[in-house]
Amino acid sequence: MADLSTNPAHRAGDRTEAGPRGRRPKRAFSGRNIMIYGTLIVVALYYLLPLYVMVVTSLKGMPEIRLGNIFSPPMEITFAPWKKAWAEACTGLNCDGLSRGFGNSIKIMVPSVILSIVIASLNGYALANWKFKGADIFFTILIIGAFIPYQVMLYPIVILLREAGLYGSLTGLIIVHTIFGMPILTLLFRNYFTSVPEELFKAARVDGAGFWGIYFRIMLPMSLPIFVVAMILQVTGIWNDFLFGVVYTRPENYPMTVQLNNIVNSVQGVKEYNVNMAATLLTGLVPLIIYFISGKLFVRGIAAGAVKG
Amino acid sequence: MSDRPSRLFHNLNAKIASIPMALTAMVVFLGGSIWTVVYSFTNSKLLPRAKWAGLDQYERLWGTERWLISIENLAIYGVLSLIFSLVIGFVLAALMDQKIRFEDTFRTIFLYPFALSFIVTGLVWQWLLNPEFGIQSVIRDLGFESFNFDPLYNADIAIYGILIAGLWQGTGLVMCLMLAGLRGIDEDIWKASRIDGIPMWKTYLLVVIPMMRPVFITTLVIITAGIVKLYDLVVAQTGGGPGIATEVPAKYVYDMMFQAQNLGQGFAASTMMLISVIIIIIPWAYLEFGGKRRG
Repeated sequence: MADLSTNPAHRAGDRTEAGPRGRRPKRAFSGRNIMIYGTLIVVALYYLLPLYVMVVTSLKGMPEIRLGNIFSPPMEITFAPWKKAWAEACTGLNCDGLSRGFGNSIKIMVPSVILSIVIASLNGYALANWKFKGADIFFTILIIGAFIPYQVMLYPIVILLREAGLYGSLTGLIIVHTIFGMPILTLLFRNYFTSVPEELFKAARVDGAGFWGIYFRIMLPMSLPIFVVAMILQVTGIWNDFLFGVVYTRPENYPMTVQLNNIVNSVQGVKEYNVNMAATLLTGLVPLIIYFISGKLFVRGIAAGAVKG
Repeated sequence: MSDRPSRLFHNLNAKIASIPMALTAMVVFLGGSIWTVVYSFTNSKLLPRAKWAGLDQYERLWGTERWLISIENLAIYGVLSLIFSLVIGFVLAALMDQKIRFEDTFRTIFLYPFALSFIVTGLVWQWLLNPEFGIQSVIRDLGFESFNFDPLYNADIAIYGILIAGLWQGTGLVMCLMLAGLRGIDEDIWKASRIDGIPMWKTYLLVVIPMMRPVFITTLVIITAGIVKLYDLVVAQTGGGPGIATEVPAKYVYDMMFQAQNLGQGFAASTMMLISVIIIIIPWAYLEFGGKRRG
């Protein structure tokens, strides 16, 4: 099994429990240690603070929010804000809560993730193992395209989608996500497939396997970890998207992020901060769960895209 | 693709598999960008019209106060978030590299905001910075009656409120990239500097950081590309307000194209964004990909 240990971020974790390689014998309470841990803990608390406030606020009733301060834990825990955020909060005329946005986001995310990974892995495979004349030109444009501000391409895509009759539909948005996920994923897969030993590929060629045969029988089974990394990248990326959702879909198809923003930043009515925070937390929940479950793979995903050029 | 017939079918499957990539690269990325640039020289309003207007849109753009404020905001946000995220990210990474315990826990905590969307980030910080209930009121309740910290309601400092949220979201990523870079430094460097009696901070400053140049450059490019795209965070946190105090170029483009029905302005503004990115990207791409084959 080829591993990714050339990737520094991956190696990082292995050293935490290294025994005798340490710099100097540690005393538990040296001034140096207090400084290091003290700083890290203070910063960690700062990072956790918003999450804590979100949770606490979402569990309070409005009277308590008006009286108390945002950091105090709820005196009386209530789940009513969560229920309201999920099923009753209003955006415009619709009052069926975030559940609609959640459904849309799932309908957008699942096909987008599958489609973009299938296409990008084939791209990467062709680039790594079946290079043809001109392939590198496409690839270079693709990579440079990843840095072009989306704003430049927003309107031309509107026109393309309108011509295809897909403007405003979920399908249109799925295509857009596939397009904009392509640069980073293609890079990811190309780098991975390049690191697969050449001999394996040649042996399969000698045995008569073709483009698809090698892809399905050798590359795919060998590269499951990188597929997982790609999936994590795409799921969080697509779930968190706001711009494409708001540009390319109609209000009834808005993904969760767009709907969340509309609920919280709507000008009508009394501001219900507890409902707002519950809604915010609900929207953040999917990427957070993925993040906490995937752990190092997530780190590897972002580092793979970033550190290796 | 090669258009000589005899070579066309060579390696056909790979070419078929690359069609989506070729279309994306040529039609959407290249074609789309060129289209936008070309139409930025027209006076398109509700619909794109190929009626030449020369540099009119650009003159109007640079005469618009909102655009100038957008540029100024982006410059403030960009420079400060570059400096702070690089410094904080590097210091955190250096601390994490001291063979500490609970490294994974700390990393998980520093990086989790990065998994959240800008919308969620913006809304949380909107709540934390709410002057009536948020940090300001909590500190006032502690007895500091005159304490003032309401970046989202004070036009002069509103952009710093967004900066705080942006840093919270993005510094973990920088820390991770820096940590990966530090782990790539040869252990022998540290041994050598210790034998020579060079203090640790000096080793970092004079030896390690210069060695990490590629990591710094890559990080710089990634952060910068992200800064130019700054949009969702502003929409969620302030909606560009108070007034037009936190407008940014990406928002200007969106509003012109999809709300004000002033496509030409949107095209001109996005072309300016494109130019600024090209100025940053080309030298980097040349260094990173130029001459080198295979990653």
